[in-house]
Amino acid sequence: MTLRIEIDNLAKHFGEIKAVDGVSFSVRKGEVLGFLGPNGAGKSTTMKMLTGFLTPTYGTARLCGFDVLQNPIEVKKNMGYLPEGAPAYAEMTPDSFLRFIADIRGLSGADKLRAVASAAERARIKQVMFQPIETLSKGYKRRVGLAQAILHNPPVLVLDEPTDGLDPNQKHEVRNLINEMAEDKAIIISTHILEEVHAICTRALVIANGKIKVDGTPTELEAMSRYYNAVSVKVVGVESEKVMALLNGLDKVSETELLPLDAGCRAYPVSGQAMVAELSQAIRSQGWEIATLHVEQGHLDEVFRNVTTDQAMQGAA
Amino acid sequence: MQNIWFIMKREFNGYFATPVAYVFIIIFLLLAGFSTFFVGNFFERGEADLYPFFSMHPWLYVLLIPAISMRLWSEERKTGSIELLMTLPISVFEAVLGKFLAAWAFTGLALLLSFPLWITVNYLGDPDNGVILAGYVGSLLMAGGFLAIGGCISALTKNQVIAFVLSLVVSLIFVLSGYGIVLDFFSGWAPKALVEAISSFSFLTHFDAISKGVIDMRDVFYFVSLIAIWLFANAIVVNSRKAD
Ligand SMILES: Nc1ncnc2c1ncn2[C@@H]1O[C@H](COP(=O)(O)OP(=O)(O)OP(=O)(O)O)[C@@H](O)[C@H]1O
Ligand SMILES: [Mg+2]
Repeated sequence: MTLRIEIDNLAKHFGEIKAVDGVSFSVRKGEVLGFLGPNGAGKSTTMKMLTGFLTPTYGTARLCGFDVLQNPIEVKKNMGYLPEGAPAYAEMTPDSFLRFIADIRGLSGADKLRAVASAAERARIKQVMFQPIETLSKGYKRRVGLAQAILHNPPVLVLDEPTDGLDPNQKHEVRNLINEMAEDKAIIISTHILEEVHAICTRALVIANGKIKVDGTPTELEAMSRYYNAVSVKVVGVESEKVMALLNGLDKVSETELLPLDAGCRAYPVSGQAMVAELSQAIRSQGWEIATLHVEQGHLDEVFRNVTTDQAMQGAA
Repeated sequence: MQNIWFIMKREFNGYFATPVAYVFIIIFLLLAGFSTFFVGNFFERGEADLYPFFSMHPWLYVLLIPAISMRLWSEERKTGSIELLMTLPISVFEAVLGKFLAAWAFTGLALLLSFPLWITVNYLGDPDNGVILAGYVGSLLMAGGFLAIGGCISALTKNQVIAFVLSLVVSLIFVLSGYGIVLDFFSGWAPKALVEAISSFSFLTHFDAISKGVIDMRDVFYFVSLIAIWLFANAIVVNSRKAD
């Protein structure tokens, strides 16, 4: 069974609020799905339904083949879940907390000790194991929650903003950890940090107002940006206006723009196609010398803004 | 089944992580001692038994048990740890039962620590220790009833103060419905069957006989089924309100 998570027309309405409004997607083994969307988009609500905490208004979810409504206990056995805000029992120490989780996960004796030690090691919380959780810093609390989620080495991980509140080093560590685990698991993470999409996700899903807006690989998402394959160029001793006039004449260029601070100009391609070769050749054929030239990546923040704001929806309609 | 034990253990240890447990036990013992000697006239009665001690328990519990039960679910809901708990591979009944048993064991411990009173009566006279044992059993059963009520109510709200006040009021109703003055009020106009029905719902009616040493299975059954019903309601409330 390679399809580890199957979400089928899932919805949750709170009275008038359609927090999640009919979403469908699946995640297979080896995939890390990045769950993106503005505040209140319905990311956490979707995760709460998948993990059996919230009952859907309609639709259902299956995890490792088990239906969350019909077989909640099997679903919960097969997943590790880091809820939003990483709740834990404040008065416990990470050590006693993880032992409790291990008990519930059916681990005992040497297996239990090994699982606790390994989770603590991987979440980098060994140095705070005997300090009450309520006295830990926000980042450490999050890591305790992460340790709890990975403790029993589950085939599916559902992590709601796992890197929120972590320092840059820790973010890096957690991303490495997720990359290490990715191979034999199916992982869903929600995040507001767009670099994470490239760093860890094999696929990204943007949701807004409870509906899926985009579902694709990070590269596919970037390709939706107007900057994708755009070229910025500066030519030695030639006014940028003249360069722009030349570039505007090329078939693959849709438009050009002058960059501030005498940084040259930028040309945008027609429908995102690569054009750097044609462009540099055109410039050289004028006998001009290129000072700087670089090809832009797509800007994910721009794509995100476009697909999640109202203008975009009107534009698409 | 094992999960009930794990949850109970965690919960029980949780009481001792904060001063709440010690404060509760001390207040319980102080109030129990005070009411036994001053309100119950322990010495003046000149009898070697613990009846004055046990007769105060319904009132003590009305006041003190809500302080234990209020945090059972309210706190989980307030801190969000309920989301963690309810997404572990356990059933709602295991969670409800584990928490209830922890609270019950804790109350049992407080009750047990009143043993110096038992030593005192044995030192001063020659009491019927079977009656005293029955008193302890009855008291523990009654405490379970109060805890089950309070636990269910604490699942209704995130606010521990509201949980405390509501539990106190409902507990009071369950006690007062067997209290002389209240029954007199009803017997003036209500049909006899109704008065008896009201009285039969009271903790007092059922506890009184046990605390005098008469363990009637009907009284035991009353408390056990009352606990079961409230725990069942507790599970339903947790299920429907956990995410609000
Ligand atoms: N228990 C509830 N009662 C009423 N409305 C709710 C409830 N839980 C969530 N909502 C609403 O559902 C919508 C989706 O919330 P959700 O927490 O899923 O968003 P999110 O995508 O996780 O946002 P964020 O990025 O801020 O975490 C929001 O409008 C929220 O107010
Ligand atoms: Mg969220």
